[in-house]
Amino acid sequence: MLNGIPLAWYLIVAGALFCIGLYGTLARKNAIAVLMGVELMLNAVNINLIAFWRYITPDGNQGLAFTAFIFCVAAAEAAVGLALIISVYRSTQSVDPEKLDQMKL
Amino acid sequence: MMFAEAVTTLPPYLTTLLWLAPAPLFIAFALIALGFGKNRALTTATAMIAVLATTVMSFIVFFNVAGYHELGSEPVRSTFNWLATGDTAFKIGVVADPLNAGLMFMVPLACTLIFLYSTNYMASDPRYTRFMGYLSLFAGSMMGLVMSDNLLTLFVFWELMGYCSYSLIGFFYNKPSAYKAAVKAFMTTRVGDMLLLLGMVYLYAETGTLNFFDITHNPEMLEHLASTASILGLSAAAIIGLLIFGGTVGKSAQFPLHVWLPDAMEGPTPVSAMIHAATMVSAGIFLTLRFFPLFQVTGEGSSAFQVVALIGAITAFIGATIAVAQYDIKRVLAYSTISQLGFMVAAIGVGGYIPAAFHLLTHAFFKALLFLGSGSVIHGVEHGHHHLHAAHDDGRRKTDDGHASAHDAPGGHDDHHAEPEFDAQDMRNMGGLRTRMPITFWTFVIGGFALAGFPFITAGFWSKDEIFAEAYRGFTHGVPMAGVVFIVLVVSALLTAFYTMRQISMTFLGQPRTEAAAHATENKWPMTVPLIVLAFFAIFAGFINIPADFPLFGSILGGNAHWFGHLLEGGLVEEVTKLEFNIVPVAASLLVALGGLFLGWLAYGRKPLKAGEADPSQVFLSRFKLPTATEGVLDLFSALNRRLLFDEFYRKYFINPLQAIADNYTRIVDKGVIDAILEGGYRIGGQFAGALKTFDREVITGISDRIGDLVRNIGDGGRELQSGQVQNYLLSGIIAAAAILVFFLFIFQ
Repeated sequence: MLNGIPLAWYLIVAGALFCIGLYGTLARKNAIAVLMGVELMLNAVNINLIAFWRYITPDGNQGLAFTAFIFCVAAAEAAVGLALIISVYRSTQSVDPEKLDQMKL
Repeated sequence: MMFAEAVTTLPPYLTTLLWLAPAPLFIAFALIALGFGKNRALTTATAMIAVLATTVMSFIVFFNVAGYHELGSEPVRSTFNWLATGDTAFKIGVVADPLNAGLMFMVPLACTLIFLYSTNYMASDPRYTRFMGYLSLFAGSMMGLVMSDNLLTLFVFWELMGYCSYSLIGFFYNKPSAYKAAVKAFMTTRVGDMLLLLGMVYLYAETGTLNFFDITHNPEMLEHLASTASILGLSAAAIIGLLIFGGTVGKSAQFPLHVWLPDAMEGPTPVSAMIHAATMVSAGIFLTLRFFPLFQVTGEGSSAFQVVALIGAITAFIGATIAVAQYDIKRVLAYSTISQLGFMVAAIGVGGYIPAAFHLLTHAFFKALLFLGSGSVIHGVEHGHHHLHAAHDDGRRKTDDGHASAHDAPGGHDDHHAEPEFDAQDMRNMGGLRTRMPITFWTFVIGGFALAGFPFITAGFWSKDEIFAEAYRGFTHGVPMAGVVFIVLVVSALLTAFYTMRQISMTFLGQPRTEAAAHATENKWPMTVPLIVLAFFAIFAGFINIPADFPLFGSILGGNAHWFGHLLEGGLVEEVTKLEFNIVPVAASLLVALGGLFLGWLAYGRKPLKAGEADPSQVFLSRFKLPTATEGVLDLFSALNRRLLFDEFYRKYFINPLQAIADNYTRIVDKGVIDAILEGGYRIGGQFAGALKTFDREVITGISDRIGDLVRNIGDGGRELQSGQVQNYLLSGIIAAAAILVFFLFIFQ
């Protein structure tokens, strides 16, 4: 195709990025890092979307539109998430997700 | 007569008056029962005003309808629908027709006089107000019964009267003989009422109505009843008539159910006068007269008629014979009442509709008079007795308290006295009261002569003569039973005159046989005025129905002769046979009335009984022997004095066997069988219940428990997952998503 980089490479990069994000989300002891992990996973999805758009349906623009939506969602999510983390920190003096178990009944 | 002016239209307010007439008495009863009874004066006023109001209304109706010639075919009626079920409603209402017109005069008049009498007679009784209350209820029921236009409401009032009778007979309920008499009266009449109820049901089943006018004034209906075959080879009309007559046998104390009436004399004397002479027992005759057309359609001399005639004749004879041998002044009158009611029933049995109704009216007057007179005598003798004891007995008893309850208490009189009891009702303790109680004496003589049928000037003569004439007519028209009835009634009338003279002589003539009688005094006006008024009617009530062809009297009365008969005739569809004047019954009537009185005078009046002297009847009758079913051979007087041992006979042959059956039933069937079954059932039930309990505990509860445990265990397990740590949740989500992915990608395909 364009410059010889196959679609699979993009998908591998995106998969790797997703796994890193997932690991960060599940394993980090800092809520902010967890949030960053979530951002990584979202961007992995974005890469997927762009790659599929470019290689499979370059005539439409649905992939671009979805990607733009996800940016917006990610930005909003980061804003809300950070606000939540700050307020949690204020009340508990900690941002360690393992210690935040008040959701247990 | 004064009632005979003919009228052609009736005022419209009569139906309203009919509806209202009994009401004041019921209201009076309610008021007395609900509080007025605390005050004696108020009670007296309430009862008197009520009975006067009833009397006025009833008299207005009577005087309006009395001259109305079309009353038979157009009675004053008013009905309304009651108990509507589906599209049929039972109609109840009131009526004024020829038959009850006469009672609308007699009943309220008698009630008023007896109320007045009671206010004095019962005045010192501690339960005076209760007495007046019951009396009001009774009088209201009687008025309701008279005015009912259908058998159902008549039956309701009939039973109400039965209840009042029960309560009033047992009024002195602390005396065993009184409450026993009350129960006896109630139970005995119940036998008759059962038959009446059966007759009523049969009648309704056959005709679909219980309205008197619709049944007895309707030729098609009567024809239908006469032509419908029923049991025993009789027509439905005959069976229904006889069943209803069964009610009469109970209520009017006819043989074989007559035994309750003499015992009913345990009640206060005004009760005896009102219920057991003038009104309630007459209501029985009235009932059979109501259904006379049912007998009429079975034909003259039919077996239904003959049964009635036979029962009437037996009752008349038994009553008259037993009365001869009684010493208790009220019991003589009680048997006399039974006997006279027998006359009426016998009159119906020989087809004498008019004579029976006529005798019903005249008898009510003179028998009420006699009872009130006897009450006056008892009251006077009681006072004499108290007067005597007050001298040396002061302080041992309260002055007057409870003395009224002793009036009617033979033997039960002075509980605190150790001396032999004094019986103020025993005629052997009387004598010589003529000069001491003159008003009572003369009115009693008038009543007694009316009862004996003293010729021409007493009401009893005219009505009894008419019964004889009717029986004789039946005999000459080929009904042998009527001949038997005629002879039996003539003999009974002779005995009637005899025992009347015996009673008058023993009570009033000669010298006092006890100190109490010597000190007896005449009573106050509330007791003597009713006597005088009733004495007036005991003489003049006969003139409403003197035969037009009777020598001399018929021509004096002219067009007014036989007024009552003409009125009554209108009420029947099928005409009764006209009575021709015949010398035989008149001669018989004259002969027995005068003969009986003369014999009585010979035995008792000429040489009045002295203290300690034997009763001539006893001396004479004791020569004869009578075999009895229960006590071996007795002399005739003792047998009669002991009421021909009917009570003993019933006890031995009915009550004791029934009691034995009942006892054995209790022992064998109740205890042995039913209880055993019940106990067995109880045991089986218990075991079954035990098994159920185990099943319940092990299976039902067990299953529920297991389910509960399971859920709890699941819950406990699930709880572990709920760590509250968001990363764990996320991990679970990821694992789940991965599992779903694996499932769809590799397994689902």
